Amino acid sequence: MEDQSSEQTYGLITPSFHLLLKEFPLNQPESREIIDEILHSFRDVPGGLMVILNEIQSKIGYISQPIQEYISLILNIPVSTITGVVSFYSFFTTKPRGDHTIKFCMGTACYVGGTPQLMRKAEQILDIQTGDTTPDNHITMEVCRCVGSCSQAPVVVVDEQLYGRVRPSKVPPLIRDIMKTYEDS
Amino acid sequence: MTKITSLNQLINLQEQIIEKKRDDITSHPGKSWGSEKFAPQALKEDQELDAPRGKEIRVVLRNCTLIDPENLDDYISEDGYQALAMVLEQYTPEQVIETIALSGLRGRGGAGFPTAKKWELTRNNPGTQKFIICNADEGDPGAFMNRRVLEGDPHSVLEGMAVAAYAIGAQQGYVYCRAEYPIAVRTLIKAIQQAQDYGILGNNIFGSDFSFNIELRMGAGAFVCGEETALIASVEGKRGEPRPRPPFPAVSGLWGKPTSINNVETFANIPQIILTGPEWFASMGTEKSKGTKTFALAGDVNHTGLIEVPLGISLREIVYDVGEGIKKNKGLKAIQTGGPMGGCIPASMIDLRVDYESLTAAGSMMGSGGMIVMDEDTCMVDIARFFMEFNQEESCGKCTPCRVGTYSMLQILNRICQGEGVEGDIEELERLSKVTKVHSLCGLGQGAPNPVISTIKHFRDEYEAHIFEKRCPAKVCRALIRYEIIKDNCTGCTFCAKNCPVGAITGERRKPHEIDQEICIQCGICFQTCNFNAIEILPGKVQLVGEHS
Repeated sequence: MEDQSSEQTYGLITPSFHLLLKEFPLNQPESREIIDEILHSFRDVPGGLMVILNEIQSKIGYISQPIQEYISLILNIPVSTITGVVSFYSFFTTKPRGDHTIKFCMGTACYVGGTPQLMRKAEQILDIQTGDTTPDNHITMEVCRCVGSCSQAPVVVVDEQLYGRVRPSKVPPLIRDIMKTYEDS
Repeated sequence: MTKITSLNQLINLQEQIIEKKRDDITSHPGKSWGSEKFAPQALKEDQELDAPRGKEIRVVLRNCTLIDPENLDDYISEDGYQALAMVLEQYTPEQVIETIALSGLRGRGGAGFPTAKKWELTRNNPGTQKFIICNADEGDPGAFMNRRVLEGDPHSVLEGMAVAAYAIGAQQGYVYCRAEYPIAVRTLIKAIQQAQDYGILGNNIFGSDFSFNIELRMGAGAFVCGEETALIASVEGKRGEPRPRPPFPAVSGLWGKPTSINNVETFANIPQIILTGPEWFASMGTEKSKGTKTFALAGDVNHTGLIEVPLGISLREIVYDVGEGIKKNKGLKAIQTGGPMGGCIPASMIDLRVDYESLTAAGSMMGSGGMIVMDEDTCMVDIARFFMEFNQEESCGKCTPCRVGTYSMLQILNRICQGEGVEGDIEELERLSKVTKVHSLCGLGQGAPNPVISTIKHFRDEYEAHIFEKRCPAKVCRALIRYEIIKDNCTGCTFCAKNCPVGAITGERRKPHEIDQEICIQCGICFQTCNFNAIEILPGKVQLVGEHS
């Protein structure tokens, strides 16, 4: 018992805990460390579950079933509660995402301004459906809610960079720019 | 860093900062007032906020782009935190509430509940622990006023919150900001840190016995969390589902304690009301709606972006003076206010005064202030369908009328847009609207039918054209139009053929092209990309192959 540092920290010796630690991404020391640190800093914050999930989503990129079970054991909250929260908010994803995300704004101004055409164009180039990730895990394509830049409609957000007044002909260069970063390396 | 302990010290500090800036300007001619690294560049590149035009008055947005939001000194030089210092030294909490009551300020989140009344209710509820929450979950598509205030002038919101906390007797405040605004979140975190460094937030603020702290909480992409009880649930770390009211948050809010929830814009107004006086604020606006309101003007006007106008201004003044008219001189068809739960106001009602009561009477609402101007090329059935799709997706599913009602209405609207509407659809929509409106638990469900009700009321003929004639008058609904190439205009540049996502366009170079109607999915890319106006939209259904929208 003494030699397991995780057990010392949390005082948990359930068999499921051991099995859980063998699952991806908890079996990766780096990811484990990040998750542990987040849990440590926010476990005592009132209503901290949302904060923890937000942090994990932004640092790990997704909140898969093993991660949810891990949080549940450490915070002593039922997994069902955590899954309930994760599935409620559209920002939380349970599947890993691509390295880059292209988001198409579906706010009113962008919708009227032609977002559907842009999406069709991108779907055609990437050969995936909206919401999916390319097989090489490079690009995830998704629809997002209004990003609040309606005066520049239609808007496309690549990672955190915003592109306004995008025409269908601008979509191929945008995607090419992302792909270029892979060719160089 | 030295902490500020009194109003006098704050004023001294302000003088020092201004003195320093003046020195900077004299020793470096050409530098502008405010932060030289921020202001001029931002003004040049700002596509959202221009110099005021028409009848605009800037109260909430007065500091945006003029100060560096990441520098507290800049805010202090613009009388920042003086309202808070003054309140703490000279006012009792009751006097603060009285001042706000005199100003006539009403909640800027949309419903327009008098702010002073909300504070008074929260104050008068027993309990030592109370909370103040700033609702920065601005989820309406087409609205970005709150984001701009948080990014451009975060301290005004923090100051407003501190004054409110003093008035109601809260020690802890939360800002609930949506996750779609990463820059606003970063700016706020920085601003809170700076205010703590100066002793403006924390224990014994300005040497008084008033202590107040603010924490930032992030949403995670749920529109319904803008509803106050859902927002509270989300701050508590739960699913953001609303609960029945009463009890109102003023009685039992965050963790069961009395809580006052106000909008970003409401808070940003507070310091100005305290400093300039409630009479000045009450001098703007109409009898029941005082002050100014920010709107995010978007859609088919020449000048889109953020505007701040006194309440009581007519829609005509907003569209034609502030917005500088409709793009390409087209005709105005409707103005949509109040976000997805608002309604469409037809062009015939353009002289309507913009205030809480008139907008509600017209079947729309103030909402948080999105204003989308639509020209004659907009299909109102499609717009209703779009908003219903949004509401249906964002319905949290807790109560049945909203969950099932929005879904049923969306199905009917989808059918109408695909040219499969049948007689009785309009009546069924009206019936479902009524049921959903009356029986839903929270504002989302109660407001969700508004786009349908208002478009049926004002544009019934368009619904009828879709259903009975299978025709989309605005030529928008994809199932009811077809694209064709005007042979005389086509130069055979092959540009459309290259851009067509389904390869429906064929033709030899330099010879007129042709669209295969069997393959065409009416996406409109060819129409948008053609440089020679050689593609026209014709009404009339074609055999749909491909997907339905």
